[in-house]
Amino acid sequence: MKNNSADMVFEGLLRIADDNLILGHRTSEWCGHAPTLEEDLALPNIALDLIGHAQTLYCLACEIDSRYKNEDQLAFLRLEHEYKNLLLVEQENGDFGNTVLRLFYFSTFMKYFWERVKIKCCFKKLKEFSEKAFLETSYHSKYASQWVVTLGDGTDESNLKMSNAIANLEPFLGELFNNDDFTEMCSQNDFLPEPRSIFDSWKNEVEAILQKGNLDFPAIILKKRGGRKGEHSEAFGYLLSDLQYMQRAYPNSSW
Amino acid sequence: MEKGTEKLWDVLKDLTDPELPFLTLDDLGVIREIKRNDKNHVVTIAPTYIGCPAISVIEKKIASELKKIGISPIIEKSFSPPWSSDWISENGRKKMEDFGISPPHPRNAETIGDSLLKEVKCPQCTSYRTEKVSEFGSTACKSLYRCLDCKEPFDHFKCV
Repeated sequence: MKNNSADMVFEGLLRIADDNLILGHRTSEWCGHAPTLEEDLALPNIALDLIGHAQTLYCLACEIDSRYKNEDQLAFLRLEHEYKNLLLVEQENGDFGNTVLRLFYFSTFMKYFWERVKIKCCFKKLKEFSEKAFLETSYHSKYASQWVVTLGDGTDESNLKMSNAIANLEPFLGELFNNDDFTEMCSQNDFLPEPRSIFDSWKNEVEAILQKGNLDFPAIILKKRGGRKGEHSEAFGYLLSDLQYMQRAYPNSSW
Repeated sequence: MEKGTEKLWDVLKDLTDPELPFLTLDDLGVIREIKRNDKNHVVTIAPTYIGCPAISVIEKKIASELKKIGISPIIEKSFSPPWSSDWISENGRKKMEDFGISPPHPRNAETIGDSLLKEVKCPQCTSYRTEKVSEFGSTACKSLYRCLDCKEPFDHFKCV
């Protein structure tokens, strides 16, 4: 691979891996706190999947950039501005409704993302990975969608909480679909699909589910952004101090 | 099976899965290929789930078993084609049921992801009057059911 295309692949992998790691970490915060035992099994299992996706992608990134010797170094030993995840995934969990709505938004996006990578991607290992990732993100999307409908179509209170969750997450959705110079380059090189190209499929599915739950589809306007450039929100610092604690306190520790 | 790898297959065939210790990796269809390149033996495994925590244990088990016969293998993960529950052997399905886990249905448009699954048999009392309690059971590869007749909860191995 030429140098510049290696840089592109590294950065592209990092963006997806960071999204998965950070949402995986947030989701894992529910362990022991979920409203029922079944959800207490489900959410950490999903967190495990998300972190597993991140781990595999970090490993691929390490093969490309020799500055990083293993996936732990990428996951745990970078500084705040070196993480390229979306602001959406780093926000605090809020209540259970807010958590499942975010999971629904993200996993539905990733489902269509991997579906496109499966069809076209110049990086063979990622193309192979996408076959499996597509199946798992589809399952997450389905799980979360059922809760969105159940809570939206539940009591007045649960509907209100879901409406609040929609309003709460709305400012962060623009970034999910935002194309930039980098995403355009990835698309031109048949590496990754442009985020905006996923919008129509995503909207059709999300709108139908929200409708079933008597909920309004949010306005998708680019309001808050910065994650892709390493500019994060306040919540992220607290998250990282928790996520990185073990590796910072005991460098190179392993299980 | 590549010629010259018979001995390796033979050594690995009885290794068990860390989370389903009554099943061998062979029952699960996790070991996909053993090849010999210039210097090394390459063992390719297909993880049941990308984030399956058993994978690193499986890798260590394979390495330590082969070390006993003087081989240090390269172990590679493969996601294409993705691991499918259809790769679980008949014998594996039988053992699963004996252990109290309802085995996965054969994969088709209706069963994939368990989306339209109607009939799941209770492994305890064989009743089909069962209901899904949770999309996830004790591990990512299983969902949680309960039997409406004998009232027992049980894991159902997902169809993927």
